[in-house]
Amino acid sequence: MTQIYDGDNTLVPVTVVEAGPCPVLQVKNTGKDGYNALQIGFSEQKEQRLSKAEVGHARKAKVAPVSNLKEVRFAEAPEQKAGDVLTVAHFSEGQAIDVVGCTKGKGFQGVVKRFRVSGGPASHGSMFHRRIGSIGLCQTPGHVFKNQKMPGRMGGARRTVQNLSVVKIMEDKNLIMVRGCVPGATGDLVLIRAAKKAKSK
Amino acid sequence: MKAIVKEITKDQLKSDRGNFKVGDAVRVHTRVREGDKERIQIFSGIVLARRGSGIQESFTVRRISYGEGVERVFPVHSPNIEKIEVERESVVLRARMYYMRDRIGKEAMKVKEKRLAKA
Repeated sequence: MTQIYDGDNTLVPVTVVEAGPCPVLQVKNTGKDGYNALQIGFSEQKEQRLSKAEVGHARKAKVAPVSNLKEVRFAEAPEQKAGDVLTVAHFSEGQAIDVVGCTKGKGFQGVVKRFRVSGGPASHGSMFHRRIGSIGLCQTPGHVFKNQKMPGRMGGARRTVQNLSVVKIMEDKNLIMVRGCVPGATGDLVLIRAAKKAKSK
Repeated sequence: MKAIVKEITKDQLKSDRGNFKVGDAVRVHTRVREGDKERIQIFSGIVLARRGSGIQESFTVRRISYGEGVERVFPVHSPNIEKIEVERESVVLRARMYYMRDRIGKEAMKVKEKRLAKA
């Protein structure tokens, strides 16, 4: 993340995302595949680093081989065809977007960090510090309910941040500056789409 | 990735902000907007710290106002800063002068001046 000054001289926190160019490798439709989707690729890759199947798949769509593929579903049949290229030009400044990505892995964590359980007092003879407390009742129901919050692996999961706004677009460099933060570590792959639950203005 | 971020913020960096250092007595001219009028407000004091780098760099200025210590943190490259005047240069042995916060009375704004140190 970094910061930039906008038109009103306010400092805005932004995440710089390299968005595209994303060639469309395959169009899926309800007739053949049972659903509407675009299969898009990102980041060009040398042929020798890909399998023959991957190279052939790209060749069929007449695009350069790519190292990452992603399917994006649509309710209605999209107008793009295989071989088309999606770029940052599909977004506009000020637009609300959703960013989907895989969060940073935090390892095995306790309930205080993982579920924001408040824990116990640190001192005054308290022997109950970062523990979870009661996990249920007695003979009735006689078992611990499902989804009881307990320690375990945290992070490394797919998450969507909704309604982020686009601060700036640099078309020549394929960059989008998104206000705020997005899931994942620096250099991770994310998916940017128009916000699903955008507030109408 | 870092190179991209550097390039994006490059044209927002101000070139005239390297003239002061920790311990200097400065006068910071800030643009204040009131309604649709704009005027310059001056905050003068001693620079306690400069922290961060690039566009995120900021500095802390401390002054004693009506007997009360006041600190203000400014972003170094803010377009709302008209200019930064250095009134007095000084010799300081620390990168962060947080010990000034514990001083009271006359001592509170006293820093060894450069011209005195040379003599």
